[in-house]
Amino acid sequence: MRRRHPLLGATLLALVATAIGIAIVLAIDWWPSQASTASKPIDTLYDVLLIISVPVFVLVMTVALYSVYAFRARPGDMRDGAPIHGNTRLEVVWVTIPFIIVSALAAYGWIVLDDIEAKQKGEMRINVTAQQFAWSFDYPEEGGIKSNQLVLEKDRPVRFYIKSKDVLHDFWVPDFRLKTDAVPGLTTHIRVKPNRVGSYPVVCAELCGIGHSTMRQTVRVLEKADYEKWIADQGQSEEDGGMAAAGGDPVDAGRTLFDGTGCGACHTLADAGSTGAVGPELDDLAAQAAKYAKQEGISPEQYVRQAIVEPSEFVVPDFDDGLMPGDYGTQLSPAEIDTLVKYLLTVGKGANAQ
Amino acid sequence: MTVAAKFRAPGWYRAALSLPLAFLFATVLVSAVRALYGWDGLFEFDWQAIGTVALIAMPLAFLVGIGCFDYWFDWAVGNPTKPEDHSSHGATSWKDYFKVNTDHKVIGIQYIVTTFFFFILGGLMAMLIRAELTQPGTQFVDPNTYNGLFSVHASLMIFLFIIPVFAGIANYVVPLMIGAPDMAFPRLNALSFWLLPTAGVMMVASFFMEGGAFATGWTAYAPLSTEAPFGQQFFTIGVQFAGASSIATALNFLVTIITMRAPGMTFWRMPLMVWAQFTTSLLVVIATPFIAGSQFFVLLDRALGTHFFTASAGGDVLMYQHVFWFYSHPAVYIMMLPGFGIISEVISTHARKPVFGYRMMAFSLVAIVILGFTVWAHHMFVSGMFSWLRVPMMITTMLIAVPTGVKIFSWLGTLWRGVIHMTTPMMFALGFITMFTLGGISGIMLAVVPVDIPVSDTYFVVAHIHYVLFGGSVFTIFAGLYHWFPKMTGRMYDETLGKVHFWLSFIFFNLTFGPMHFVGVDGMPRRVADYAEEFATLNAIISVSAFLFGLSFLIFLYNMIASWRHGPKADGNPWRAHSIEWQVSSPPPIFNFDEVPTVVGGPYEYGVPGAVHAVFGDKKAPVGATPAPAGGGAPPPTQQP
Repeated sequence: MRRRHPLLGATLLALVATAIGIAIVLAIDWWPSQASTASKPIDTLYDVLLIISVPVFVLVMTVALYSVYAFRARPGDMRDGAPIHGNTRLEVVWVTIPFIIVSALAAYGWIVLDDIEAKQKGEMRINVTAQQFAWSFDYPEEGGIKSNQLVLEKDRPVRFYIKSKDVLHDFWVPDFRLKTDAVPGLTTHIRVKPNRVGSYPVVCAELCGIGHSTMRQTVRVLEKADYEKWIADQGQSEEDGGMAAAGGDPVDAGRTLFDGTGCGACHTLADAGSTGAVGPELDDLAAQAAKYAKQEGISPEQYVRQAIVEPSEFVVPDFDDGLMPGDYGTQLSPAEIDTLVKYLLTVGKGANAQ
Repeated sequence: MTVAAKFRAPGWYRAALSLPLAFLFATVLVSAVRALYGWDGLFEFDWQAIGTVALIAMPLAFLVGIGCFDYWFDWAVGNPTKPEDHSSHGATSWKDYFKVNTDHKVIGIQYIVTTFFFFILGGLMAMLIRAELTQPGTQFVDPNTYNGLFSVHASLMIFLFIIPVFAGIANYVVPLMIGAPDMAFPRLNALSFWLLPTAGVMMVASFFMEGGAFATGWTAYAPLSTEAPFGQQFFTIGVQFAGASSIATALNFLVTIITMRAPGMTFWRMPLMVWAQFTTSLLVVIATPFIAGSQFFVLLDRALGTHFFTASAGGDVLMYQHVFWFYSHPAVYIMMLPGFGIISEVISTHARKPVFGYRMMAFSLVAIVILGFTVWAHHMFVSGMFSWLRVPMMITTMLIAVPTGVKIFSWLGTLWRGVIHMTTPMMFALGFITMFTLGGISGIMLAVVPVDIPVSDTYFVVAHIHYVLFGGSVFTIFAGLYHWFPKMTGRMYDETLGKVHFWLSFIFFNLTFGPMHFVGVDGMPRRVADYAEEFATLNAIISVSAFLFGLSFLIFLYNMIASWRHGPKADGNPWRAHSIEWQVSSPPPIFNFDEVPTVVGGPYEYGVPGAVHAVFGDKKAPVGATPAPAGGGAPPPTQQP
């Protein structure tokens, strides 16, 4: 009878703490936006895990804190505790209940996994190629368009075929909830059905070297009409270097290409707001290009073009050869490279000069 | 001693001399082999090839120089040896700690001090990491240095701190706990210790190489690691030395525990610390060869041009991860089971109660060892491996929560109706239970494949691992060190400073690693030198907490050093504990026991009137004491008062 009241109090406190704990963990906005059909089931599963975790944690804490409160030694207390060696019934209980809980959670997890990875009708194939430190995409079902930007149509299921040219990378769009490694020698797959229009980051989640933290691009999810326009523009862009899409403004067209090609992952350029630190800064490119072009006996335009298409031909002092992918000449059309060269020499007049 | 004699005798002079000789040997060997193959550039000094050979030769030469092999060399060439030579046993001055010593107590201290040295270095690297991450963008270190910092930080913390510091604590207390005069193989024990600093120095030295330190994470995934600059070699080879040290120590523990228990010390009378060390050693002996293998593959790919991980030449990139994690998941338990043992000792002693469900505590350790080998691919849910393997790995991973839960609940059962003394070790034990429960919960979340897919390789994983390895393992290390400090040094630590250390660590630990859960789920990847603007606020909070967390360690350091030098003298058994290490003086006599102890009961018979664990010499058990069975339920009613 003596201990009943404090125990009762502790139980009540534990129940209140559990309720408050569950309210808090559910109130926290944990995830990025839900931009694919996989987001909802995963977020719900996560919420269920949180709800089950709170009482487990509260139970452990309550027993520990209650013991410290109720059984604490007084100063000079030389007594021993009760010689209890165990309780088989209790031990069976705390083996069985956790076993049932984790088994149920595993079954639930399995169901969600099958659900989010199920084959969907009308899947479009998109090939993803990862290399240090950029992503590129091609659309075999859209006439083989190659792009450095990932653009998807809302509500149209996609199956990504992911490859790597060099080391491990990981193709991850946090808002889609899905990710998988890009593995040299293998093609890995993920299925996504984007269901929310917007722009979301594409992030490399597997350490891939010096430029890993800046290996980021953007995926845009568009309505059907906008998507079809984009597909049409891609052919157009190869023809005119993106001028028409930018309304004839060469700087806008250049900036779009710079962003879309992922140049900013490695190069700092104030005009494009990029802070990559793997390759040389481009804010001062005009002066640098003039200097190196003179050494090489070519024009600054030729120098910049060569630096994009054949980066190993001239390596800027203090940088390692082989850091920059050597295949931009095939990813970009000649017109696009023209736009990019003009853009870089226009905005690269030095941060101070602007 | 003449100068020449100094260079001949084992010790630092000879070790210092052996290093340049080993480098010369590497140069000559590489050049000679190249000459035999008709290589043109014989006199072009290719320091990468020479460096690789030197990285193997120099540590071995150092070990020879310092004197680890002298006895065996003498024995092998037929020189007279004294099997009972105790000249290198025990320590009379601080200088003896810098020599090859065969006393398990000296080796234990050597381990603990050395591993804390590397803990401090690794901690300083963590401070630099947090400094860089305080704001988005690049402030203090460039991306390559950053990648090097977190790689060396993790490698030091895992291979040079948590794994060996447990070996150090166990080295000191396990022979005492089982009533043995020393470890089974004292010379092997000394060699195990001296392998460690060589591995640690190697990993730190990688920062001074061209291209920077190894920067591929402690996981060193191929093919990034096979293509990385020369610094990678320091990890690849350094791990071999740390691993050899682990394996040798684990064998030593197994033989010691199996063959050198005092009379009457049955397995079911062993303290749980001994059980924990026994099961950990099983894990080490079975698993560690796998990481050695994975790093040998990388070494051969790098040095000899094999193609284990070159996909275009038929290599298999995923194989690296399977072999690596077949060690590195059990390694998580290698870093946790000894802590479980420490917590059982601390809670039982400071709550004055028998460990609740002793046998289940031992069985759960064994269950974790077995299940621990069946879960490795849960680190690879997004690796692109064949997809069907994910579900069985999810189930086994979640099942590990069951024996782990048994341990948590049994500790709570031990606290219940005890007489709880809120000493520093007890507070760290309670802090451990709190943090480890949280780490276990995030572990369950990570085990569920659909949740793991979005959060793997994010800061959620960073939060989880620090909850289980810092809030878990390191808190148990602190608990153990405070608990056995009087035994090891013969002095008491300062209880007030200990409590201040606990509260500051506990608060700032949570403020540092708690918010990492949020940024991780919200989409911040790990291992990045730079991050998106949206994570800036929480990262600033994390960094400031991390600096305060780092400072709280100074209190511990001051307490340990000042108390070791000037603390009040401790008597043999300040905690009134029952296990054998407390029945001898503090610190114990040079061969541990002047009289051989005889074990007559369980190690935790608190509250059982007159019960003792062991008696010394030919003394009989005290009158009225009945040898109580260890664990397995309460004593029969007739024995109860």
